[in-house]
Amino acid sequence: MLKINQLHKSYPIGDSSLHVLKGIDLSVEEGEMVAIMGSSGSGKSTLLNIIGMLDEADSGEYILDGLPIKNLTEKKAAVYRNKFLGFIFQSFNLINYKNALENVALPLYYQGMKRKERQEKAMFHLEKVGLADWAKHLPKELSGGQNQRVAIARALAANPKLLLADEPTGALDTTTSYEIMAFIQQLNDEGKTILMVTHEEDIANMCKRIVRLRDGVIMEDKKVEQVRAEQYV
Amino acid sequence: MFDLDLWREIFQSINMNRTRSLLSGFTVAFAILLFAILFGIANGLQNTFQEAFGTDANNSIVIFPGTTSKAHKGLQVGRRIQFTNEDREFILDKFEDKVQFITSKVNRSVTASFKGEKNNYELRGVYPEYMFIENNVIKEGRYINHNDLDNNAKVVVIGRTVEEDLFFKETAIGKYINLSGIQYKIVGVFTDDEGDSEESVIYMPITTTQFVYGNNDFVDLMHLTYNPEMSSDEAMAFGNSIKNSLKDKFDVARSDQRAIRMWNMAEGTKQVDIMTTSLTFIILIIGFGTLIAGIVGISNIMIFIVKERTKEIGIRKALGASPRSIVSIILIESIIITAIAGYIGLLIGVGVLELVGPSLKEYFITNPGVSNSLVVGATITLIIAGTIAGYLPAKKASQIKPIVALRND
Repeated sequence: MLKINQLHKSYPIGDSSLHVLKGIDLSVEEGEMVAIMGSSGSGKSTLLNIIGMLDEADSGEYILDGLPIKNLTEKKAAVYRNKFLGFIFQSFNLINYKNALENVALPLYYQGMKRKERQEKAMFHLEKVGLADWAKHLPKELSGGQNQRVAIARALAANPKLLLADEPTGALDTTTSYEIMAFIQQLNDEGKTILMVTHEEDIANMCKRIVRLRDGVIMEDKKVEQVRAEQYV
Repeated sequence: MFDLDLWREIFQSINMNRTRSLLSGFTVAFAILLFAILFGIANGLQNTFQEAFGTDANNSIVIFPGTTSKAHKGLQVGRRIQFTNEDREFILDKFEDKVQFITSKVNRSVTASFKGEKNNYELRGVYPEYMFIENNVIKEGRYINHNDLDNNAKVVVIGRTVEEDLFFKETAIGKYINLSGIQYKIVGVFTDDEGDSEESVIYMPITTTQFVYGNNDFVDLMHLTYNPEMSSDEAMAFGNSIKNSLKDKFDVARSDQRAIRMWNMAEGTKQVDIMTTSLTFIILIIGFGTLIAGIVGISNIMIFIVKERTKEIGIRKALGASPRSIVSIILIESIIITAIAGYIGLLIGVGVLELVGPSLKEYFITNPGVSNSLVVGATITLIIAGTIAGYLPAKKASQIKPIVALRND
């Protein structure tokens, strides 16, 4: 599904540069649910951004679903992002003047899908996250948990191969966090590959595999017994 | 690029950010408003100039005979030049392609009477073409025709004032008017919007006038209009060549300024043209300046909008928006705001001109207004302006890196 070899990335800071990723090797199979952990500054978000084609590595190899991701033009990166990836962010990143349905339909719009079809499909995904009744509401009229569910519906709308989540529960209280995690686990059960950045142990333990980063290198990469989130809900 | 969904996206964005859109539209609306008013006033000034020249054909040349001031070819100084019917033919033969209408003219002052009413009027013996040179309008009946000329017909066409003076609202057509003892049948009544003095005139076939007043073929002056497609410079050159060939014909020295005299409208027209051109030029500069100020204003606001929407653009890009679709959104939004706001400005401007226009007459501004072609031109300019105003911000927006935009604040 995803293969990374000797990935390096550094950022210029003033005159010197900060070496963030120092040779990462990682491979993820289809259907996995991986948590990337580490303290802030460990490079976990940078790694996720590179995987999400939002940022580019300095050197190393990155192959996604058999396609080498290198020197992409902006246009091509946009097409790949749309086709392969679904994003879930800590701060939801919904467009504030669009209602839930329109937000979910946006990736489909960029796929060039017809309006009617788009709305039907977006509605289907909203139903799936249990927010069909809230389709016409703006993000500001929804709670944090509801917003994150809209964001998940949006990430799923384009039927991506890989779901990338950057601290998906970071802005939510514990109960809501578990609700969201239960939902993400359910998606994984249905076969979606999920990659998630988090710094919370309990959230990481709800994944099937934990990759620990420290100072730009992988310290530990182990499979774990998945803790089901439903039991806390 | 111009699919319905894109428009829906743009209108949603404009609608959701009304204050912002209104603000950015305001500068443009104001710029166009100023431009329209300035342009209308300039038009009004031009109209005043044109009106000063009356409704006579403004491509007229009048040629008068005079007295020689220089001895030439053995002929003495002080010789009187006398035009005759033949001179009209002479000019027509020589310059037929450049002459639009030409008439010879005999002027007399007459006492006209009808049933005891009596008054003095100007009598003009003319060719039928004179009607077009003077821009007379026939109110009733007909004008003099070539048949009248051939038969020395005793017919006249009288001005509206003459009819009112002598006939007290009853129709004059078909009645006989007495001019210095001879009865003439009235075949037409004309009006002239230059007013009373030009309507206190009686026209008669020139041959009749010549027969009655002297039984000769003498002509007092010649009046012609040149081909209106000629520029004022060409028309002045044309006037001079008529003058020169007449000087040769009458054995007058070319340097003699008094023997043949000419009044050429082209001279005045040229001055008005220069004035109009410089006025238009000034207006264009001012208008262009305001328009550029408007463009800069909207460009500024669009840059601000892009900054404000950085996060949204980042989200769109993360979801698969191509740089091109981002450019379209910003660019078309800019064009729409510019075009709509500009059009509103234009409408208000035209409205103000319509409203205030009539009261500006005393300030030398007649009928201020903007032409349809200007409205169309302004619309095209607005769309171009919107494109220019939106281009840089749109380019900037398309270069936003989603990772930067999405960084948690």
